[in-house]
Amino acid sequence: MPSEVLPLIIKALIVIGAVMTMAGYAVLMERKIAGWIQGRPGPNRTQIPILGSIPVIGTFLTRLGVFQPAADGLKFLFKEDALPGHVNKFYYVLAPMIAFVPAMATMTVLPFGQYTGADGVTVPIVLANLDIGILFILAVSSLGVYGIILGGWAANSKYPFLGGIRASAQMISYELAMALSILPVFMWFGGTLNLHAVVQGQYQVWTIFAQPVSALIFLVALFAETNRLPFDMPESETDLVAGYNTEYGAFKFGLFFVAEYTHIIIGSGVFVALFLGGWTLPFVPIPDGIAGAIISIGIFLAKVFALVFFFMWIRWTLPRFRYDQVMNLGWKKLLPLAIANLVVYAIIIALIENLG
Amino acid sequence: MTDWLFYIFAILAVLAALSVAISRNPVNAAMGMIVSFIGMAALFVLLETYFLAVLQVLVYAGAIVVLFLFIIMMMDVTSAAAPKPAALIASAAALGVMVAGSWFVSFSELAGPFPERSVDAPAAVAKIFGVELFTRHILAFQVIGFLLLIAMIGVIVVSRKMPQPTEGGAK
Repeated sequence: MPSEVLPLIIKALIVIGAVMTMAGYAVLMERKIAGWIQGRPGPNRTQIPILGSIPVIGTFLTRLGVFQPAADGLKFLFKEDALPGHVNKFYYVLAPMIAFVPAMATMTVLPFGQYTGADGVTVPIVLANLDIGILFILAVSSLGVYGIILGGWAANSKYPFLGGIRASAQMISYELAMALSILPVFMWFGGTLNLHAVVQGQYQVWTIFAQPVSALIFLVALFAETNRLPFDMPESETDLVAGYNTEYGAFKFGLFFVAEYTHIIIGSGVFVALFLGGWTLPFVPIPDGIAGAIISIGIFLAKVFALVFFFMWIRWTLPRFRYDQVMNLGWKKLLPLAIANLVVYAIIIALIENLG
Repeated sequence: MTDWLFYIFAILAVLAALSVAISRNPVNAAMGMIVSFIGMAALFVLLETYFLAVLQVLVYAGAIVVLFLFIIMMMDVTSAAAPKPAALIASAAALGVMVAGSWFVSFSELAGPFPERSVDAPAAVAKIFGVELFTRHILAFQVIGFLLLIAMIGVIVVSRKMPQPTEGGAK
């Protein structure tokens, strides 16, 4: 038993460490991109004593802000962790954890590469290759919203409370459209719900070209589910101070922050796997063995970070929607569009199967 | 191992369900409901019906309780008042009768042995689940569908705005 469990635990710790690091650097990326879009340099002062003092490279890395996430992390850790007197203490402490754990748990079923052994069998590189992987991701990621709702409620203060209410309404509205938009994708690949099988089916044509409407609906719903601008109703700094996390500070705020960026990274990963061909390149076969595994992971990460860049580009370009506009878009436009899309593709797929 | 997991998750689900019934703060009750649903999902996993387990979390824990919380916060439901002693005693007595009754039905000599599991759980794979649902259980499925439709129409009728009697004067 331990000999089977130990490698799994080590693999899980490696993946968690990698995703946490990526989340930290996604924050840096966001600040750099924000600076770039707004015509300012972004973080460029933080320096680590020895590494930063290397003549040319150290200066370059400092200007790039590479040491900034470490400084941010230390700051979150060593700040005074204040507990306001007017909050519901139990839920106030619990909420950041509830936000953080589902964000981290979704990565267990997301395949991020492939390995072809000497026997010619291709297996996905994933912590748990579930047959219903996508349902698992939808189910677990939908639990993350409780962190936001409870955080807003427990703070016992009106702006966080409004943020929490908005979060709950927005999540329900966009979850439906999101789930309906990806149904045609799985019908397209023969009814499998396994993400590895979906990626394998995209060697020639990426799904985004076969089903552009599904991709559009899923992307919009993804922005809403991850609370990114133009849908960041729960946070909307301009009218709710900082929304659900107004009363949070130090490490608890850090947990909310990391959870948000983890959601973006995992959501981008799901979008890449479903619509952008995952770790495959069109018409280019991936070599066998370890080299192929590393190449496939590299391709996947490159696509994921291209999409994360897109998330940030949108955030610093578009203004925020009003709350009623968000609800209108979700219920009156995206949902009927998703249902129509599903019906059209069901008919097309049935025609292809019967005529072809 | 599986037995111990069953006991852990069964106790978790039952205790959480009890907290839904007895907690006076509606948010506590909603949270207890989520824990109870997740405990049930774990029991489904132990029965190897993974599809049903994921659906349980996706639909009930992920969407329905969010809706409950939205309503609780929107209506600003405050904590219920402490129940009267008579109501407490009556509830405890009813609970005792129900537990004793189900214990008697399940484990007494009259009940006979538990039936063997006749078929493999159809809910392990999504495809088998769908085929079973739309062939063998189609009647039950349609009846439930109509019940939900009736409930939905009922909600629309009940929550429809009645024309307000207008008072005189310029509006």
